[in-house]
Amino acid sequence: MKKDLYNFAIRMGDTSWILSHRLCELCSYGPFLEEDLAMTNIGLDHIGQSEEWLKYAAELSDENIDADFLAYRRKEKEYRNVQLVEFPNEDFAYVVVRQFFMDVYNYLLYSKLTNSKDTTFAAIAQKSLKEVRYHLRHSSNWMVRLGDGTSESHERLQNAVNDLWFYTGDLFVMPESEQNLAKDGIIPDLAGLESDWNKMVMEVFNEAGMQKPEYEVLASGSFDGQHTEYMGFMLCEFQYLPNMLQDAKW
Amino acid sequence: MGNTDNQGPLWEVFIQTKPGAPYKHAGAVHAYDKEMAIENARDTYTRRHEGTAMWVVKSEDIVAVQPEDADAFFDPSDDKIYRHPTFYEIPDGVKHI
Repeated sequence: MKKDLYNFAIRMGDTSWILSHRLCELCSYGPFLEEDLAMTNIGLDHIGQSEEWLKYAAELSDENIDADFLAYRRKEKEYRNVQLVEFPNEDFAYVVVRQFFMDVYNYLLYSKLTNSKDTTFAAIAQKSLKEVRYHLRHSSNWMVRLGDGTSESHERLQNAVNDLWFYTGDLFVMPESEQNLAKDGIIPDLAGLESDWNKMVMEVFNEAGMQKPEYEVLASGSFDGQHTEYMGFMLCEFQYLPNMLQDAKW
Repeated sequence: MGNTDNQGPLWEVFIQTKPGAPYKHAGAVHAYDKEMAIENARDTYTRRHEGTAMWVVKSEDIVAVQPEDADAFFDPSDDKIYRHPTFYEIPDGVKHI
């Protein structure tokens, strides 16, 4: 039970953590100043959410560790984030689609988590939901703006949708650990979120003139620490300093 | 992004610090449409609890007095001190003022 809670807290914390890293890579590279601020602000929100989850995970752990250890010192296989957030900032359309898919997911998941039997889960969800609502609004607007914009923006957005769709099956997998939590009313049935997720995504797709890809999505092993080939490079970057200077302070 | 200005039109941002207070000009942001303008304004000016309500308005929709017209608009009031309430002496019999 405690291990299951830990696993899910890690799942949520790692997902926000990796996504925040991708968003913060955009700092000073945004298409224009205001969007640069917006993307990094959203990145900071994700760092905050990640910190809450990893703090709780550290409390649940039997080892003497803290949130920083979990963020910076684990091996690749020990991260349980969804694979979608690892996808690089190929171009701005990829940034928008990746964010939009995650925002819809987080919105549905956090809405349900506010009723969690675990009071810390419920509290984190309550706090995060306000931020997520804003993220969703921001990314949905960009979906429509790009999809319904010029022929180039439309084409680039559709390319990003076609590529990233592959990773969305990952969001709704229910391994044993999560099934146990769902049975106890601590988390919702993740597989049950899929139809609502599809509905919300399709509403925006329709407005943006996006076509839903026809192929089967990948139900990956991200719960067991399987990652895309991009993950190792990210770890190299953000783990380099903490590994070199183990006692480094902020 | 090169030398061309493709950041979209300017929008002026007004923030109300608490309910009932007047909206104060906070600055300006670039944006292509209304939704983007209010989001950009939020991300630029209200991250530190600066307000509870906000307006954005396209800068080009604001009618402003041109600096060269300022004399004609504002100076004539300079010698009309009787337009200030303090110009008048209040009779002793008047209470509650």
